[in-house]
Amino acid sequence: MKEFLMPSLGADMEAGTLVEWKKKPGDQLKPGDIIAEVETQKGLIEIEVFEAAILENYLIEEGDKVPVGAPMAKLRSESIPGKIPEKDSETHPIQEEEQATESEGPVPSDSISEETSSKEKPSEEKHRIKASPLARSIAEKHNVDLNNLKGTGEGGAIIKADVEQAMAGQKEAPKQTPETGALKDVMKKKTEPETASKQVIKSRTSTSKPGQQESIRAAVAAAMSRSNQDIPHYYLEKKIDMLAALNWIKETNRQREISERLLPAVLFIKAVAKALDSAPALNAVWDNGLQFKNEVNIGFVISLRAGGLLVPAIRNADTKSVDEIMAALNDMIPRARALKLRSSELSDSTITITSLGENGADKVFGVIYPPQVAIIGFGSITDQPLVHEGMLAIRPVLQVTLAGDHRATDGLTGSRFLQALNNHLQNPEKL
Amino acid sequence: MSDIKITYREALKAGIRDALLKEERVFLMGEDVGRYGGAFAVSKGLLKEFGADRIMDVPLSEAGFVGAGIGAALAGVKPIVEVMTVNFALLPMDQIVNNAATLLHMSGGQINVPLVIRISAGIGKQLAAQHSHSWEPLFAHIPGLIVVSVGTHEDARGMLHTALEHPDPVIIFEYTSMLNLEAEIPADAGPTNISKAKIRREGKDISIITYGIGVYKALEAANRLSEQGIDAEVIDLRVLRPLDEESFIRSVTKTHRALLVEEAWNTINISSEVSARIMEKAFYELDAPVKRLGGIEVPIPYPLHLENASVPQVEDIENAVIKILRP
Amino acid sequence: METKDKLSPEKAEKLLYQLLLMRKFEEKSAELYTREKIRGFLHLYTGEEAVATGVIQALKPEDNVLGTYREHAHALARDVDAGAIMAEMYGKQEGCSRGRGGSMHIFDKEKNFFGGSAIVGGHLPIATGMALASKKLKKDNITLCFFGEGAAAEGIFHEALNLASLWKVPVLFVCENNLYAMGTALRFSHAVQEIEKKGQAYGIESKAVDGMDLLKVMAAANKAVEQVRNSGEPYLLVCNTYRFRAHSMFDAELYREKSEVEEWKKRDPIPKFRKYLLKENLISETQLQEMEEKLETEIQKAVEFAEAGTWEAKEELTKFVYSENPGS
Repeated sequence: MKEFLMPSLGADMEAGTLVEWKKKPGDQLKPGDIIAEVETQKGLIEIEVFEAAILENYLIEEGDKVPVGAPMAKLRSESIPGKIPEKDSETHPIQEEEQATESEGPVPSDSISEETSSKEKPSEEKHRIKASPLARSIAEKHNVDLNNLKGTGEGGAIIKADVEQAMAGQKEAPKQTPETGALKDVMKKKTEPETASKQVIKSRTSTSKPGQQESIRAAVAAAMSRSNQDIPHYYLEKKIDMLAALNWIKETNRQREISERLLPAVLFIKAVAKALDSAPALNAVWDNGLQFKNEVNIGFVISLRAGGLLVPAIRNADTKSVDEIMAALNDMIPRARALKLRSSELSDSTITITSLGENGADKVFGVIYPPQVAIIGFGSITDQPLVHEGMLAIRPVLQVTLAGDHRATDGLTGSRFLQALNNHLQNPEKL
Repeated sequence: MSDIKITYREALKAGIRDALLKEERVFLMGEDVGRYGGAFAVSKGLLKEFGADRIMDVPLSEAGFVGAGIGAALAGVKPIVEVMTVNFALLPMDQIVNNAATLLHMSGGQINVPLVIRISAGIGKQLAAQHSHSWEPLFAHIPGLIVVSVGTHEDARGMLHTALEHPDPVIIFEYTSMLNLEAEIPADAGPTNISKAKIRREGKDISIITYGIGVYKALEAANRLSEQGIDAEVIDLRVLRPLDEESFIRSVTKTHRALLVEEAWNTINISSEVSARIMEKAFYELDAPVKRLGGIEVPIPYPLHLENASVPQVEDIENAVIKILRP
Repeated sequence: METKDKLSPEKAEKLLYQLLLMRKFEEKSAELYTREKIRGFLHLYTGEEAVATGVIQALKPEDNVLGTYREHAHALARDVDAGAIMAEMYGKQEGCSRGRGGSMHIFDKEKNFFGGSAIVGGHLPIATGMALASKKLKKDNITLCFFGEGAAAEGIFHEALNLASLWKVPVLFVCENNLYAMGTALRFSHAVQEIEKKGQAYGIESKAVDGMDLLKVMAAANKAVEQVRNSGEPYLLVCNTYRFRAHSMFDAELYREKSEVEEWKKRDPIPKFRKYLLKENLISETQLQEMEEKLETEIQKAVEFAEAGTWEAKEELTKFVYSENPGS
């Protein structure tokens, strides 16, 4: 006895509905006979028999829908009744499989444990440290705790350099945590000095003072480190006879109220602004190449009493009169010392002047404030022997230095600038 | 041996001429390759030298003549089939994908198709949306094809030779906008490899992984970057299928950063695949996320400034590198 | 008719055997399909046997043959081993395509049998190209390419015919017009229903023949093959035929009337040829009896061969994507 199974007529046929039996029990079947009509998703299909047999009895009724491989009818071999039933077991594996899938239904305890684990996840997320895969693996190898690091990578991610810095710190000083902390601050700001100085201003309104000073120190550290690392500096120096300039200031101030009196620094600023006409490449920034700036915004270094520096800009110094520049300085210096500058004032400079003023060092060799390409250093004015009109004389002498970015300009440009600066300072009345 | 100055076009032609001289069974067939001299003058003069049997002009039946090329190749001759531009390459795509790429497999290894198809590609010259396609990724998607990209003069001169020796179908992408570009190659420059990527510039800070038009652009960007103290490595993938994964994984393992550059639209392009492989094979070597500079997802517009803005330029590569290295 | 006159008893027996082998082999295939031994698509040729038999008998062994996806009969006519075909349909590595192709991709390079192509019309330009190679290599073999009338609606059909005519290459295109492209009747897909006219439009000599009559097909094929071989130019032979079975196994045949099928079955080429052989005394009842047994044995052996076949190791999955040892 064997079974007639629901045939498979295509990989996409899963089941068929018996519409009509075309043969009755007891009928003699021969190959090619149509035994039944079955409805499939493609329509009504006639089901054929491939062997000679006698239809014993139906196992399903018209209207029943059964899967492919399911027995539809019992057939009796027309020949030897005792023959071993062929492939009788063939349907069993399928049934077993189906049972197996059924028993795999969700068990309540499973879903509970899943919930618990999903609750734990957010708290894990909170502690997730953003670090590059490379940084993470180096840190793991050298037992560096990523919790103590601040990243300098994209979005503050800890990168290889951060971990290596921390490792270097560990070696130098065994008491690692504070060292590493300081280091990482510098590292962070090293790559973003502008952001750092902006942060200073922002934090003024919201946080306490001690932090601000630290931040300024850190910002300076970062900018200067980056400058030293990235900018190939060249230095030029020129002695300038200041007699004419000082006399002119004295004359001018004599006729003025104390509050309106001029400082030599005003002349420096104005003279630098005008001298840039003959060396415009110094009034520029280096940002993927030299980019000239149209405005001449002169950054003026103001030392803070508690240490650190701020460099607010005198905007459009080339078009301002000396009086206007003086007014700008009078407005800016006290605000700077009170940490009340606007962030734009700190980020607009196109070139920087540093002046140590009276009682300072004779010369100052500046460190360029990136992305600018030059800084002019004014030492203190001292009486020095000087050859003037063929005679040796004691004159007030100013030692001016120029530090230039060698990627952007060469010594010739710098030299031309210093010569022009000298000429302007010899003719203060024209400034 | 001294170097000679040669245009990309001349290098391509020299490669074809060599192949024709070397073997009688080799012939070139394509639209306007003969009497017209080649749509881009690459095959100019070859008809006169080799005759119409070996420089065959064909009608505008891309599917037909590429299919015929497949038949000819599996029956013992060696056709170099030229599809004038990639923009017409969807017409024979069925032949390439369903026949050239499958016959070896469907026949259980009995029937190989030693066919070479040359396709002009690349964006440039303000040809607008229908003539500005970068479909290397479509072809590189297909197992059974070898897909190579001619990013340098050296390869323009030497890739065809190696492709013709390959027993399986090789699709060669050449770039129209580079045809007039001059460069120096050794006077005796010969066959070049079509199974390995090539480092075109060594560097330690970042791997710029690219192909085709991207190669010279990346090299120029790398030169500019070096002035800013950034040392970029430039990898020319050369073979887009099967990818020479080993080469770029080794490079990323050295530099720990990767920028992937190509003209094809970003969604599912070669860089998508390279990026995925880097993630799979070199995740723990990465010190920054892998970045891609691909085509902007727009049918390429006609105006020059918009066309230029649609695909990565040297400045874009330069800026992207700086952004990765100095975030 | 000339073929009738030439038909030797030996050849007559061989042809009848081939027709019956195709018929019975495919009936067995259908059964094995319903038992899930054969999977994928299975397209049966039942009713069309005179076409493959009649055309392929005209070829020499060195000629190339390209079939459609309804190509079991093409392969059998080309003497591809029935066991290797059956094993291929089982997906076993002893199959003629190592099991990688299945029913629609029967290949046998030794027999110059180039598939087994399942993109309608996609193999036509390949045939043109193979004939082009013969011309370039100055070989005197020809290429035979079967396709259905459905393919004549594809653009590639027109490109392939035009190129073959333009290049003057030795290719014989044989259209098996069974009136239905899957379920769409010829009259619903072609404005001009005489496919031979489409060949004529390209300057190709084209003839139509009754594909239900083996003797007529043989006569037309002999003439066509001779002409292609002598002229080196293409030829289009349209064999008008009919498939008795569904397009593929899973087809409810909603698109045609049963009466139409019954009508065509009256023209079944096999009983017709058998009757002719008996009438002409080219075969005896005893021989027919023996032939039945021989057929049973051959088919039984083919099935046993397939059953005994082995599955390729999963580790070899990525074989045959590229040639091994591609050299440089």
